[in-house]
Amino acid sequence: MKKFASKFLMAVMAVSLCAVPALAENIKVGAILAVTGGASFLGGPEARSLEMLVEEVNSKGGINGNKIELIIKDSAASPEKAISFAKQLIEEEKVLAIIGPSTSGETMKIKNICEQAKTPLLSCGAAEVIVNPVASYVFKTPQKDSFAVKKIFMEMNKMGISKVAVLAGNTGFGKAGKGQLLKLAPEFGIEIVETEVYDKKSNDLSAVVAKIKANKDVQAVINWSIVPAQAIVAKNMRQAGWDVPLFQSHGFGNIKYVEAAGAAAEGIIFPAGRLLIADSLPADNPQKELLMAYKKNYEAKFNEPASTFGGHGYDAFTILMAAIAEGGNDRDKVRAAIEGLTNFAGTGGVFNFSAEDHNGLGIDAFQMMTVKDGKFVAYTGK
Amino acid sequence: MTTELFIQYLMAGITYGSIYAIVAIGFNIIYNTTGIINFAQGEFVMFGGMISITLLQFMPLPLAILSAVAITMLIGALIEICFIRWLKSPSVLRLIIITIGISILSREVAVHIWGESIRSLPYFVGNEITSISIFGARISPQVLWVVAASGLMVICLGIFFQITSVGREMRASASNRKAATLCGINTQNMVTLSFVLSAGIGALAGCVMSPITYSQYDMGTGLAIKGFTVAILGGLGSSGGAVAAGLLLGIIEAFSVSVVPLAFQDAISIAILLIILFVRPQGLFGSKEAAGLKEF
Repeated sequence: MKKFASKFLMAVMAVSLCAVPALAENIKVGAILAVTGGASFLGGPEARSLEMLVEEVNSKGGINGNKIELIIKDSAASPEKAISFAKQLIEEEKVLAIIGPSTSGETMKIKNICEQAKTPLLSCGAAEVIVNPVASYVFKTPQKDSFAVKKIFMEMNKMGISKVAVLAGNTGFGKAGKGQLLKLAPEFGIEIVETEVYDKKSNDLSAVVAKIKANKDVQAVINWSIVPAQAIVAKNMRQAGWDVPLFQSHGFGNIKYVEAAGAAAEGIIFPAGRLLIADSLPADNPQKELLMAYKKNYEAKFNEPASTFGGHGYDAFTILMAAIAEGGNDRDKVRAAIEGLTNFAGTGGVFNFSAEDHNGLGIDAFQMMTVKDGKFVAYTGK
Repeated sequence: MTTELFIQYLMAGITYGSIYAIVAIGFNIIYNTTGIINFAQGEFVMFGGMISITLLQFMPLPLAILSAVAITMLIGALIEICFIRWLKSPSVLRLIIITIGISILSREVAVHIWGESIRSLPYFVGNEITSISIFGARISPQVLWVVAASGLMVICLGIFFQITSVGREMRASASNRKAATLCGINTQNMVTLSFVLSAGIGALAGCVMSPITYSQYDMGTGLAIKGFTVAILGGLGSSGGAVAAGLLLGIIEAFSVSVVPLAFQDAISIAILLIILFVRPQGLFGSKEAAGLKEF
C-alpha cells in the first residue's frame, strides 16, 4: 500500500511538473472589488469591466503572447476582507499586481501591505491620501477629490456665488469631500455658511433642507454623498420650492441617480469624467474613441448604462496591460513602466504618471456637467 | 423660528412619524397574538415597495400596489406556516431569533432578485418637484398620501378588531390563548392571520412611502429599529399608542435638526428608546398592570 502511495505521489508530481510550463505563460492579476455590499455601485461595474477586458485581451492572444489570468475577490467593502484578500493574492496566488479596492477606506488599509510586498496596486478609490504621500507601488485611477472641489469652486466664481451650504453623508467619501470643501473654500473666496452631515441611510432630508433654506445668505448648495441621498436632497430642495443651484460631487456620475431623482435632477451641476458625455465630445478629443468603444461594448454586454466607476476599473486594467507589455511578468519593471506612462488616454482623462504623481490626472480630467431632460450634458454656464 | 419653518419641520415630522407608526402597528399586531416581536417587519415594507415597482411594468399603479400587498400577505402567511406554526410551545427568545433569521434571509433573497440599486414608484400625483403650499410651508403631495394611508389603516384596523367576529377572535386569542382555544377558536389560524395582516400593512406602507424614501433591499433594518422604538414608546400592543408615539418621535426628530446637527438624529431616537426602557418600560401609554402580565 505504502509503495502504491509513493508511486501515486510521484505520478502526481510528474504530471504537475509537466503542467507547470504550460501555466507559466499566464500572468496572474488580482482584483479586490466591492462587488456586493454597500459600495456595490462601484465594485459591480468595475468587476464587470475587468471581466469584459480580460476576455477581450485574451481573445486577441494576450499581452506579448501571455494570457492574463484575472482573480477577482469580492471584499463587500469590508477593510478586513480587503486585508486578508490582499495577503492571499500576494502570498498564495503570487499575483503580478492588484487592481482595486473600490473604496478609499479599504485602499488605505492595504497600501502598506502592497508597498512592503513590492506588489503594484492600482486603486479605484477616489481619496487623495492614497497617492499623497506617494508610496512607490501604489497608484490610483479616479480623479482626485480636491480637483473636483476646485472645479466646483471655479464654476461658482464664474457664477458669482460666494456663500454656500455644504451637505455631506457620513461615509468616508462624504467626510473626505467635506474636509476638502472646507479647506479649499477660502482660496476661492467662498464662505461656507451652513454645514450638515447626515446618515448615509437617511431617507428624507426635508427638515434639514428647511433649516438651511431659512438661512437667506445661502446662494448655492453643495451635496457630497453617495446613493440614495444625492437624489433625496435634490427632491426635497425642489419640493420646498427652493431653486438655488445644487452642486453635487463626482459621485453623481451614474444615470440611475438621475432617474431616481426624476424631474428634481434637472439642472444639478457636478464635475465628472467625460465618459458620461462621450457622444457629444468633439471628434479630435483623445478620449472620444475609447470612451465610445467602452460604452458600446459594456452596454451591449451587460445591458446597463456604463458609469464612470466602471471606467476606473477600465483605466486600472488598461494601464496595467500597457505596463505589462513593456515590463513583462516582473513586479518591479511593471511598477517602473506605470510610472513612466505619459499621454495615456483613459476613461477618466489623459494620464501622465511620474515619480511624484501616482494619479497622473490633471484638473482638466473633470468636466462640469448638468442634467437636461434626464440626460447628462456638458455644463456651459448660464 | 418663523411660522413657515415651524410648519415645514412639523410636516417633515408627521411624514417620518406616520411611517414609523405603520411599522410599529405591524409589530403590535403580531405581538398581540403571539407575544413576540417580529424583526422581519421592516422586510415586509421592503417587499411591498419592491414588488409593486416590479409589477408596475405590467399593470397600472393602483393594481400594482394591490397585487404587491396581496403577494406580501402571502409571503407573511408562508413565513408563519413554514417557520413558526409547527413549533410546539417555543420560547419567546427562540421565536425572536427566528424572526431575525427571517429578516436576514429576506434581505438576501431581495438582493438576489432586485440587486442593490435603489428604485422607487412614481409619485401618485405630480412628480418629484410638485409641491403644495400649506401656511407658507411647501410639501410634496405624496406626504398627504402617506398620512392618509396611515390614518385609514388605523381606522380600518380599529373597526376590524372591534366589530368583526374574526377581529374579536384574534383579540380573544391574544388575551388568553388557552381560553380562546376552549371557546372553539383556532388560535393557530389567528397567528397566521396576524402575520398576514401585518405583512399587508407593511407592504402598503412600503408602497406609499416609496416615492419619498425610495426602496432598497436593505431598507428594512433601519425601519424596524425605528418602528420598534415607537412600539415600545407607545406601549407594546397598543395601536393608538403607536400612532401617538410615532408622530411624537417623528416630530422630535424633525425639530431636533434646528438645535443639534443632523448626524445626531438617530442618536436622539435611540436615547429616547433607552430612557423609556429604563424609566417607563410599559411605554408612555401602556398600563403597568397589563405590562406585568406579559411575557416580554
